[in-house]
Amino acid sequence: MTLAQALSRRKFLIGSVAVLGGVAFGSYSLLRGPKEHPLGSDAPDDAMVFNPWVVIDARTVTLIAPHADFGQGVTTMQTALIAEELDLEPGQFEISFGGPSAAYANTALADLAIPFATSDRSALADGLRAATDASVAFLGVQITGGSTSAPDSFEKLRMAGAMAREALLSAAAQKTGLPRESLRSHAGAVHLPDGTGLPYTTLATLAAGQPPAASIALRPAESWRLLGKPLRNVHDTAIVTGALRYCIDLEAEGLAHATLLLNPRKSGPALSYDAARALSMRGAERIVEIADGLAIVADNTWRAFQAADAIDVDWPPSAHLAEQADHWAALEAALSQTGGGTVWRDDGDAAQSFAEAPQADRIEASYRVPYVAHQPLEPLSVMIKASADRLDIWAAHQLPGILRRRVAWRSGLSMAQIQFHQQIAGGSFGHRFEFTAIDGAVDLAMQMPGRPLKVTLRREVDFAQDHPRPIGMARAQGVVREGRVEACQMVAAGPSLVGSTVSRLGLPYPLSDSQLAIGLFDQPYALSDFRVAAHQVDGLAPVGFWRSIGGSGNTFFLESFLDEMIHAAGADPVAERLRLLTDPLARKVLEAAAEMANWGRKMGPGQGQGVAFSLVYGVPVAEVVEVTETDQGIRIDHVHVACDAGPVLDPVNFTKQVEGGVLWGLGHAINCKITYAQGQAEQANYYDHPGLRLGQSPRIDLRILQNAPVLRGIGEPPVPPAAPALANAIFAATGQRLREMPFADHIDFA
Amino acid sequence: MKLTVNGTEHEVDVEAEMPLLWVLRDELGILGPKYGCGVAQCGACTVHLAGEAVRACQVTAADAEGLAILTIEGLGQGDALHAVQKAWLLHQVSQCGYCQAGQIMQTAAFLEGRKASNAGLPTDPEIDEALSGNLCRCGTYPRIRAAVHTAARAVLAPLSAPAEEPRE
Repeated sequence: MTLAQALSRRKFLIGSVAVLGGVAFGSYSLLRGPKEHPLGSDAPDDAMVFNPWVVIDARTVTLIAPHADFGQGVTTMQTALIAEELDLEPGQFEISFGGPSAAYANTALADLAIPFATSDRSALADGLRAATDASVAFLGVQITGGSTSAPDSFEKLRMAGAMAREALLSAAAQKTGLPRESLRSHAGAVHLPDGTGLPYTTLATLAAGQPPAASIALRPAESWRLLGKPLRNVHDTAIVTGALRYCIDLEAEGLAHATLLLNPRKSGPALSYDAARALSMRGAERIVEIADGLAIVADNTWRAFQAADAIDVDWPPSAHLAEQADHWAALEAALSQTGGGTVWRDDGDAAQSFAEAPQADRIEASYRVPYVAHQPLEPLSVMIKASADRLDIWAAHQLPGILRRRVAWRSGLSMAQIQFHQQIAGGSFGHRFEFTAIDGAVDLAMQMPGRPLKVTLRREVDFAQDHPRPIGMARAQGVVREGRVEACQMVAAGPSLVGSTVSRLGLPYPLSDSQLAIGLFDQPYALSDFRVAAHQVDGLAPVGFWRSIGGSGNTFFLESFLDEMIHAAGADPVAERLRLLTDPLARKVLEAAAEMANWGRKMGPGQGQGVAFSLVYGVPVAEVVEVTETDQGIRIDHVHVACDAGPVLDPVNFTKQVEGGVLWGLGHAINCKITYAQGQAEQANYYDHPGLRLGQSPRIDLRILQNAPVLRGIGEPPVPPAAPALANAIFAATGQRLREMPFADHIDFA
Repeated sequence: MKLTVNGTEHEVDVEAEMPLLWVLRDELGILGPKYGCGVAQCGACTVHLAGEAVRACQVTAADAEGLAILTIEGLGQGDALHAVQKAWLLHQVSQCGYCQAGQIMQTAAFLEGRKASNAGLPTDPEIDEALSGNLCRCGTYPRIRAAVHTAARAVLAPLSAPAEEPRE
């Protein structure tokens, strides 16, 4: 069987190639058609391309970590996967992010693209998932998002490490004449029976000539040295000494500092502007027109900011609904329709059950979640340089493959002329899926060829350009009878998140957006009468992927309403959820969280416990929040979290992601909203969209269950239950039911 | 204008009102202090000015002239890390890391101040108050609080501080 035949039957094939002074191990993939080509424009179509994960030369071992690091620790995780099989210790290798290329296509993301719960293992769901898998790979989508980095890397990177180890052992056998079986790999060297160590770097050229091992079994979890145990984040020391360089810190010979003045209504270029005063200011060098505004170039970032402030611009009116009240009215109108929308779940007959129930058994409520911004602490920044025959661009981005294509199209250059250099990011949370700063930087660079330019967005511009988490509304009707929840009908309304996002990529999205109903229809509650429908409302503000996406609003709707029904039924919130939960893994996490919190214990005056559950990205998570009503307002004392994301590769980083996810969910639920006036966001900086500060941060305890067979990412699943668990706890403590975020608009917090 | 940063004197030619942050970053290439908000809301640019923690985005070049400026680069390097930096490593505080230089500088000034005034170990509310101006978007707060307690024992009660293991 030829390599091409093998590739047509498998997603990837690991192998090696000789490189200058050494060897590279990685995966081959078959290229067809117009995919970007890591070997450059000289490579033929339908060619085999090789994407390295490990490069060994006479100097060092370099591990390649293609998923970008935005603080989720993925660089550490990816290199540990390789090092585990390659018998390298932390510190014995260098790290490269690699370039975007087709072999890095993120296959795990397929779970997100189709309307099936990730817990759904039916043949139909798996079949569709496989088909989507192929189309994701076809698009050449290398993506960091959707909590997919860990599952995507889990097998590929370990296999690459194992392949490299076997080749090095064979090379050592050839070099020494000793039997292959007598050699042992350990800590970056092949060790001979007499104790002599041959460093991998001395075997690099010889390893390149070894035939690939026929079959390699990956090591079982029981024998792992690094994985499954606390790892040390590879960036930790650089961070605490101020040495870690983010995109905003890049320097280059002759660098100019630039900022962008962008249309805060996102409705196209300026109608008119007057830059005369700005150009006369100290350090101001040039002001150029770009797609949706102006770029200001100076010799210092602050001088660029000052000059930008001095420009009078007249922007066109908003292309979307201009006033916030009209956004809510549009959602109200959609929910007031009889029928319409997409029905995502229709078990039994919830409508009839409600219609026939006596008034005393009926529960009705409606809920709202506002737009919220991403606003990672490092503002959007880009370094860029246009030369005669190429364009170099340095940025942190979650879609590097699409970025190169977009930059090529925008600059008029070929894909092969675009060199993208992935950077470490000061947070993202979905913000770096967008091309706002990239587009402006490209337009600027093409007008200033030869000059390296660093573009830094002002925080206020970054806020105005944020594509926030979608606004949402839901109306719910339920029936409770004899101490039980009997029926639930929920109708949600909001903009299409995926439709809005892909429209900015110039792509159509003809499907019903499952994100409008994720977290509602797919939850493993066995209610005999359970109906979920969703209305897509167009013409609202453009929205984007935000940590946990559809689940962040919908889990608030469902888990709040469940809590209301359970209280109305006089049942216990944990016991009644357990009665309804069918998924055994889900039951276990809820039982664990309840046990951690000593659920139902006698609380002091003004204290309360609230619980919520969600299953998004295939990860069941239960959270119990405990609050106290104080003279200063509600204080969050404690959050108990139990979750099951399958095998855990690094318990410390996993715990940090859970802590961060819970605080992300709480902080925005309490304190944050984006509202629009005259088509632009009214919030401009952290003073009116603060997230969470230390004083509001509770103690968080976590129990990690590992019953699930499949490894899952944990960046996003802890977010959705946090807000409803808090609202439910506040109800338990005060009797006040919160049905709209941000909660601080309705009740004081300490 | 002369500025003394981490013990080294630099001559800079800038407007008197240029924020210290941008003198450090764009004129001197000292990149540990970060730009996050520009309006004293996030604390990512925190440096010490004559021993006090200040927001470098709010202090002008003229304000800083003649005073000792200490950035994260001057706090501790290599084998000579400050107790706060060691505590940050022990508790594996960082996620993206962008706010952490500011968090560390704020904590170092807070603890040195308590030491100078013979204040005892800080309570949780005192720590929350001291770091209320330092924003973290990743959610590292539980570990920040734990690390401040560890650093406080090292700075304020070094003889009574027991050897400490990471919590995992």
